[in-house]
Amino acid sequence: MSAFASSPLWRVLRTWRGGVSLAVLLAIALAAIFAPWVAPYPYDIQNLSATNKAPSLAHWLGTDEFGRDVLSRIIYGARTSLTVAMAAIFGSVTLGMGLGAAAGYFGGLFDRIVTAIVDLTWSFPEVLIALIFVAILGAGLYSTMVAISIAYLAQFARLTRAQIMAIKSETYVEAAANLGSGHLHILFRHLLPNAITPVIVAGMLAIGDAIILEATLGFFGLGVQPPKPSWGAMMSSGTGQIFLAPWTILGPGVAIAIAVVSINLFGDALIEALDIRNRVREV
Amino acid sequence: MLNYAIKRLLLLVPVFLAVSVVIFMIIHLVPGDPIDNMIQIGSSPEQKAALIARYGLDQPLLLQYGVWLRNLLRGDLGDAMILRRPVFQLIAENLPHSLRLGGLAFLFSTVVGIATGALAALFKDSWIDRSVMALILLGSTLPSFWLGLLMIMVFAVQLEWFPVSGARSWTALVLPVLTIGLHGVALVARVTRAAMLDIGRRDFVLMLHAKGLSHRRIQLQHVLRHALLPVVTILSLRIGWIVGGAVTIEFVFARPGLGSLLITSLAQRDYPVVQGCLLMLAMAVMLGTLLGDLVQAGMDPRVRDNLR
Repeated sequence: MSAFASSPLWRVLRTWRGGVSLAVLLAIALAAIFAPWVAPYPYDIQNLSATNKAPSLAHWLGTDEFGRDVLSRIIYGARTSLTVAMAAIFGSVTLGMGLGAAAGYFGGLFDRIVTAIVDLTWSFPEVLIALIFVAILGAGLYSTMVAISIAYLAQFARLTRAQIMAIKSETYVEAAANLGSGHLHILFRHLLPNAITPVIVAGMLAIGDAIILEATLGFFGLGVQPPKPSWGAMMSSGTGQIFLAPWTILGPGVAIAIAVVSINLFGDALIEALDIRNRVREV
Repeated sequence: MLNYAIKRLLLLVPVFLAVSVVIFMIIHLVPGDPIDNMIQIGSSPEQKAALIARYGLDQPLLLQYGVWLRNLLRGDLGDAMILRRPVFQLIAENLPHSLRLGGLAFLFSTVVGIATGALAALFKDSWIDRSVMALILLGSTLPSFWLGLLMIMVFAVQLEWFPVSGARSWTALVLPVLTIGLHGVALVARVTRAAMLDIGRRDFVLMLHAKGLSHRRIQLQHVLRHALLPVVTILSLRIGWIVGGAVTIEFVFARPGLGSLLITSLAQRDYPVVQGCLLMLAMAVMLGTLLGDLVQAGMDPRVRDNLR
């Protein structure tokens, strides 16, 4: 118990921001996982006699242009949005960490190539990078995932490289090398464990950005294709009804805002609890 | 300074080539055959071959790139497949709209961002500071396209102060500029506030206090001036961000512009137009970053010396 009481997670939960945001995130995740039981209606059942109905007791957030329940589609849409965002960032962190760690540790030509590519993509807005790769891969669920993954790659490569550079000349690394440890052993046993925390936290924060980017691509009509719901695509079809049924835009937008604000608050509380603000936010 | 500018400009050449290779490859990496979208159903293989020859798709890749790059430098971006007009013409029609939107949004973000950031730092921990911080949180977390839709709902549909979409009059610019601007303001205000609070702790500020200058005068005349340096750094790093914002917001407000053109062409798989738009947007990012770097180098000699 005492170990838990002094752990960073407990220190996060004790602050109101950390506690509330984690509770909200858990609720969203559970609703997404158990969508068929939580959602009042299936996401694709049309009711053409009840299209564009305002929020009521039967449909808490109203219905869309095909009479589908907006709340149910938001709950099912959470599956798409969260899966795409988390999978994309997972790929981004894994690959970025590998590139950044290898570049920082080995240096030389490889480091210069990686740094050049990272610097090149760094100045480009993520939405532009994602659009380039959606153009190559075509619209759809998986290409959105890959495109978002690539858009955030530079961020994690850069961050990991900076962490490795900062610790690679520490005495314990030198000692390990003098004891005859190989490169991979030093990298995985000594360097990465000491470099990983800021990268993981930055990755967690990036999930919020990835949710917005996924919604933006969905809004452009380039993400998940209908009838599968995603938050961005719902708003995209809602723009045609902006006079008739503004709730079709408000609902998914509020869902995104709640998810993203919770992720940011939780990440911030985590940074505070781990005392790594200087290491995460080096621009 | 001139030395620095020339070196910085030369650095753009390899960057431009790298970007152009990626954008050139789009047409070859797309799943499916772009020619198949152009030919009518029931066309003969000869007609298809003629089209392939017309676009040079039967040549070796490196040669195709060479020809493409040469035409590009002459201002010839090929013909749009769907709209059947020169891509250069389409871009020339849409570019002024994007420049106007992006320029105004940049100006708004900078001026209002520095002002609100300075105000928050000046009245630290007061209600002004707290409301600015709330604005920063909202501005940096809400998706910009949703913010745009909200603006349309409130100010265009309900209050009818501004047009819902299009670019027929200057009033149509107000909502898009505000939408992109809120994100920019949040960024600039956060950096300004943090930099002012940081510099406010330096020794020379203590010295100024000891000389008996008023708090307000120290903050606005001395601290703010030093705080502008990190603001310029952030602005030059994130200038591409205005370009990205403009792409999204043009589409939301159905304004003409490069972003709208890019997204409609992506949906129609009109790849020459997609390539042209992406190239222009990438150039805008590169030139914007260059401009920011030059301003920064002009203000801070240390930046100039860093580039060997």
